[in-house]
Amino acid sequence: MPVVLELKNISKTYPGVKALDDVDLTLYQGEIHALLGENGAGKSTLVKVMTGAQRKDEGIGQVLFNNQSYDFKTPAEAQLAGISTVYQEVNLLPNLTVAQNLFLGHEPRKYGLIDYKNMLVQSEQLLSRFKLSIDVNAQLSSFSVAVQQLIAIARGVAMSAQVLVLDEPTASLDADEVQTLFAVLNQLKAEGVAIVFITHFLDQVYQISDRITVLRNGKQVGQFLTSELPQAKLIEAMLGKELQHLTGHQRECESPTNSQEAILSLSNVSAKGSIQSMNLTVGKGQAVGLAGLLGSGRTEVCKAIFGLDQLTQGDITFTNNRLTISQPADAINAGIALCPEDRKTDGIIGPLSIRENIALALQARLGWWRYISKAQQEELAQFYIDKLQIATPDADKPIEQLSGGNQQKVILARWLAIEPMLLILDEPTRGIDIGAHAEILTLIRSLCEEGMSLLVTSSELDELVALANKVVVMRDRHKVTELSGSELTSQHVMQAIAEG
Amino acid sequence: MMAKRFLPLWITTGLLIVLFIIGSAQFEGFGSLRVITNLFSDNAFLLITALGMTLVIISGGIDLSVGSVIALSGVVCSVLITQYQWHPVAVFALVLPLGTLFGALMGVLIHEYRLQPFIVTLAGMFLARGLATTISEKSVEIDHPFYDAVSDFGLLLPGNAWLDASSMLFALLLIVIVVIMHFTRLGTNIYALGGNEQSAVLMGVPVKKTTISIYAASSFLATFAGIVFTFYTFSGYALAGVGVELDAIAAVVIGGTLLTGGSGFVIGSVLGVLLMGIIQTYITFDGTLSSWWTKIVIGLLLFFFIVLQKLLNRNNKLHA
Repeated sequence: MPVVLELKNISKTYPGVKALDDVDLTLYQGEIHALLGENGAGKSTLVKVMTGAQRKDEGIGQVLFNNQSYDFKTPAEAQLAGISTVYQEVNLLPNLTVAQNLFLGHEPRKYGLIDYKNMLVQSEQLLSRFKLSIDVNAQLSSFSVAVQQLIAIARGVAMSAQVLVLDEPTASLDADEVQTLFAVLNQLKAEGVAIVFITHFLDQVYQISDRITVLRNGKQVGQFLTSELPQAKLIEAMLGKELQHLTGHQRECESPTNSQEAILSLSNVSAKGSIQSMNLTVGKGQAVGLAGLLGSGRTEVCKAIFGLDQLTQGDITFTNNRLTISQPADAINAGIALCPEDRKTDGIIGPLSIRENIALALQARLGWWRYISKAQQEELAQFYIDKLQIATPDADKPIEQLSGGNQQKVILARWLAIEPMLLILDEPTRGIDIGAHAEILTLIRSLCEEGMSLLVTSSELDELVALANKVVVMRDRHKVTELSGSELTSQHVMQAIAEG
Repeated sequence: MMAKRFLPLWITTGLLIVLFIIGSAQFEGFGSLRVITNLFSDNAFLLITALGMTLVIISGGIDLSVGSVIALSGVVCSVLITQYQWHPVAVFALVLPLGTLFGALMGVLIHEYRLQPFIVTLAGMFLARGLATTISEKSVEIDHPFYDAVSDFGLLLPGNAWLDASSMLFALLLIVIVVIMHFTRLGTNIYALGGNEQSAVLMGVPVKKTTISIYAASSFLATFAGIVFTFYTFSGYALAGVGVELDAIAAVVIGGTLLTGGSGFVIGSVLGVLLMGIIQTYITFDGTLSSWWTKIVIGLLLFFFIVLQKLLNRNNKLHA
């Protein structure tokens, strides 16, 4: 089969983080190519570079389309060349009609004016492939997310001359809709369209894809034939292949004897559209890990405890009191801190200095009428810069100018400053270079030794196993099992993730 | 769903009819074709400005410069015609492209430097007003046979109603704009930009071209309105059109267009201007009320329509 699209040595650097590092992707005519990797592995970035929504780092790498070198500057250019994309979030226009959304940018025209009659007929034909019979003249916003998702895909199909990229197309579809979608994809494949399929549903990968490219931490792990890659091997590739050699890792943060005393316990906790009947205990001075694939509910557990998601049932007990948390401020006041998953959007306040970023949570807790003087702020900042070894000339540097690892340390310092009893770390080492990675792990261990309780999520299993006294494995938004003691090895965790 | 989109439009139309009926019942001569044609000819410049403002607001932007552009256009026309003896047609052929270019430049600034339309057009507003005042501080009268000919041109309708040239020009522009908005890709792209710029980019809408076209069109129409205004007053004055941008925005909102962009109709803004006009007419006929009552009623109407939009949107979330 001839190659349609070839990405060679693609890198993409954002300030402070390398999202893609020397990644290749080869796409053949008439194949369905799954692009896999954990959250933050760089899938979406790769798609955006491929389709002109983001520019790759200049000077290195090449995009070859039909053996010609291209450098797409806008999605419009890529579309025109024959690459169409359905992005992860439904990227349609809620205020336009279904038909207008389907044909935006290439409306059928007659005498220079839009030919609505023709557009209507074509829209209905197109949607009938997806077994959708809806009023195509109705506004898009009047339909459910699932229908909107199908419409977005139909738009991609309508335009796909040669390459169709689908970023998590099945996230909001039910089983029947997924099968309809797959039938259409197989049809397109037979017509010679190359399809890039991103998903975190592994069974779908095996059902539909021909080949698999796995990314991890912005790097390419490998390209595989789907038929030759068993699921366990695939999960290994996604989560880190060193795992095989790291069995029975010794935990350095051994729990003190009083770890039986629970500081946090969740009983039967559910939140709407998030976790289901979750039970969890964190002992005093204990480090508990949350493992599971993307979408398994790891992050949702953290959010529920921190008051970001409203509970529909169940109780959270913290230091022997029943917690009623309706907003993060309540959690902070109770002594719970959360380092969020997405540092860039939920963590740092870019233009503010390191000092201000560190003082933020403490100031919020004190209330605005008890102002922390600049001198006190400086003292606080300097204390943590020394303690956490934050690499910066001074405390007044804007945080956005630091590397990812140092940004993460500043966020840690922010929460340490309020001296929490429980610190929740959601993916604390995501997007951080190797050196800083080790430092942050050491830091977390020392916190644990100082008697702070920790709840850590990570897609790096060896990291979790190394850190935690106990690992809770999640799948499909509920707890599958708990591993501790001698059972706690990355192999066991991986098995639990894969098999449930 | 459809009904909801059109609801503000129906309410404006309803108010217009109700006011017309009340006025007709109260005052002799109110319920005539003549009052209606006067509504158009007295407000022709505002109607034309509001057409452009509608495009801008549907795209999610705002254009504060239109009032000043009207003044600048009028002053340049009157000075060239009266002091430099240019033929009006030659003047219009110069002024209209220049006005369009002014808007296009604002569009370029907004797109290329990711600036807020509010601040760019505010700068445009000061610039145009300042230029107009520099050219002539005093009102410049126009006395030209062409102007007399145009003002004699029109259509005599039954009931001594007179459909003048500016109303006809407005009707022509209205048709052109409606066709652009609903039957061309540019129109769909304007709605798309107002719906969600991020998505529009990802769906391949040519944002730069569209943004520039929008502000160019608005300034073109404001320049045109300035010319029409010189036919109305037979003069050009640097302080003309003060606050017209706000009247135009009010008319657009009363006509049911969302200030956040993405939803609305050009015809709604026309109804909005007419509604404001008929309130003015009513107060004039009454004779005892201060003309400032117009502003009070328009203020109340605006409150009403903003709340109405909010309520309609609450049940009709734009995002999934």
